Amino acid sequence: MSSLPHHRAAAPAARRRPWWRSRAARGAAYATPTAVFVAVLFVLPLLLVGRMSASEWPLLAGDRGLNLPENYPDVVGNQLFWPAVRFTLLYTGIVTVALLGLALLLALLVQEARPGTGFLRTAYFLPSVLGLASASLLFWGLYSPAIGPIGPLLRRLGLVEGDVSFLGSPGAALASTVFLVVWKFAGFYMLILLVGLQRIPVEVYEAARIDGARRGQIFRSVTLPLLRPSLALTLILCVTGSLLAFDQFFILTKGGPDNSTVTVVQLIYREAFQRLDLGTAAALSMLLLVVLLVLNALQFRGLRRADER
Amino acid sequence: MGRKAVSAVVAALVAAGLLTACGGGGSGSAGTGAPEGVDDGTTLTMWTRAATGPQSEALVEAYNAGHENTIELTVVPTDDYQAKIGAAAGSGELPDLFASDVVFAPNYTSSGLYADLTDRIAALPFADDLAASHLDAGTWEGARHVVPHTLDLSVLFYNRDLYRRAGLDPDRPPTSLEEWDEQARAVDALGDGVDGTFFGGNCGGCGVFTWWPSIWAAGAEVLDADGTSADLASDPARQVYDTYRGWAADGIAAPGTRDETGTTWTGVFPEGDIGVMPMPSTTFGQMPDELDFGVAPIPGPGGGGSTFVGGDAIGIAATSEHPDQAWNFLRWSLDDEAQLDVVAAGGDVVARTDLAANEHAAADPRLVTINELVAEGRTPYALNFGQTFNDPNGPWLALMRNAVFGDGDSVEADNQAVTDSLRD
Repeated sequence: MSSLPHHRAAAPAARRRPWWRSRAARGAAYATPTAVFVAVLFVLPLLLVGRMSASEWPLLAGDRGLNLPENYPDVVGNQLFWPAVRFTLLYTGIVTVALLGLALLLALLVQEARPGTGFLRTAYFLPSVLGLASASLLFWGLYSPAIGPIGPLLRRLGLVEGDVSFLGSPGAALASTVFLVVWKFAGFYMLILLVGLQRIPVEVYEAARIDGARRGQIFRSVTLPLLRPSLALTLILCVTGSLLAFDQFFILTKGGPDNSTVTVVQLIYREAFQRLDLGTAAALSMLLLVVLLVLNALQFRGLRRADER
Repeated sequence: MGRKAVSAVVAALVAAGLLTACGGGGSGSAGTGAPEGVDDGTTLTMWTRAATGPQSEALVEAYNAGHENTIELTVVPTDDYQAKIGAAAGSGELPDLFASDVVFAPNYTSSGLYADLTDRIAALPFADDLAASHLDAGTWEGARHVVPHTLDLSVLFYNRDLYRRAGLDPDRPPTSLEEWDEQARAVDALGDGVDGTFFGGNCGGCGVFTWWPSIWAAGAEVLDADGTSADLASDPARQVYDTYRGWAADGIAAPGTRDETGTTWTGVFPEGDIGVMPMPSTTFGQMPDELDFGVAPIPGPGGGGSTFVGGDAIGIAATSEHPDQAWNFLRWSLDDEAQLDVVAAGGDVVARTDLAANEHAAADPRLVTINELVAEGRTPYALNFGQTFNDPNGPWLALMRNAVFGDGDSVEADNQAVTDSLRD
């Protein structure tokens, strides 16, 4: 890069650096790996799914050409679609309330350094180390009427009579799955909230106590508002995760009994691998993606507002 | 969105289109078509599903021991098999050989995943003796694509020890659905953890496999010949549902029947606490030695007997680059040596009717019973079989559960839903 004829030796201060050393180029270089990553692993697959959703695309035979918009009315017209949407929302609501409530309680319990809290924190967190599929399989065994130990145990304790069916009725199947998910994730969300709790300065509590605030008042007026960013984060994670629920239902209930626990993602799997139609599966994925985008945008806006306070 | 962004999206869409265009198109070669195939030390890949894994493993092991070619067998969990084949077909990465649940074979043949084997099969000296229902399932537009690989028949298993304890004759299994009902209830009366029967009450595939033979035994049909219309609300069908309904309601069936999704339904009988239940013949060789059990055809209301001839058919992938080597294995697997020394010796059903009365079967009259059933058995044919009957969220499972655990009033409407799904 030695010959740049329009440069004047008389103006060394204004001498421009070569383009590849400019600030902008360096910035772009730093961003390139991420950009490539996002493009290859996110944008391209997304476009492919978009293309699929607009095409007749049997799983076994491959692309058969565009048929927009046929796949979209097809999936919405499926008789399992609205029940699945309803169930997914119900499940998300129950799990979010139960999970965040319990996680907050656990975080408050192990917040202060007392003898034994280290043990308790580890114990609460331990289930999070397990994969969701493994945890589901474990509970499938525990719930199993043939080999599960919980039913006989309850019977021996005299709490129930006859056989207990954990997955046999719609209500029981939902409750059993919620229990598994709460057991699995409560420790994880506890950890996030614990970090949030410990970020709250001790001085604020001291000031509140000096002002004569009672425990309940402190919790409501000091802890909760200052914990809002952490709560918002757990809320986003929990809602998004629950709307995408699949593994636990796939393993525990397969959508049963009698299609009472079919989630939206299970419908995607069913379209693709039972009905062998990637087109409608992709259409369903796009719909779910749009809903998640809108929801996350709203939640992030709430999160940002919480941060500004 | 700015003009720049729009053109970027268009460019990316084009790129995606190009990518997918590359995914299609097979690269298979037709091979020489030599009747014996070629045994030249090629390494072949092969997939099968877990349900019939042990039978495939035995065949592959024996083949590898005596041939230059080597087969690398991958056993895939049964529930994931369709998905795995579909994904591999989409990306052109199918193995040289892959087995298929025989009822799903039409999906694969209609999509062109299997190579045409018509001439090779016709050249076999025992072509006319191969299990016909498997060959038919793999026939698409007049061309044969698969040969039988493992035969899996639904057979009634009964526990002779429990029959003796319940005062029943251990040499007289039920010959009608009514007798089956009586005997199950007699065994169930023993109590103390013993149950009369068991069935996969939340498993569409199990229902197809074990309930339909009772309907066939009564002389009724379940599907029309081209698999586009269901007849699952007939009188014999209703009698079958009502019998199972009684077993569920009266606790004759073991706990867990209602929830059984098919994952563990064959694991209950070997424990020795079940009186009489229909199960796959492939479990015969895996029963514990100390279990004294007998087998019988699945009877229908008023008598008769039938079976569902299931199992796996196998073909050569249309994309395989070694069809001659792959055929060498298929041909060998149907030969006398493999059928007698591997399949029959393992207690399994042979794929050729001319070998039904072989020396291994003769040593155990129970095997003769099973082998003879092949001639009376049926393999239903429908292009939409999986999504109608095996799908846990499909219409057949709804029919089963409404008829047996529900109020039983919706059989007519549910049968219509099954027909709709078959025509979808």
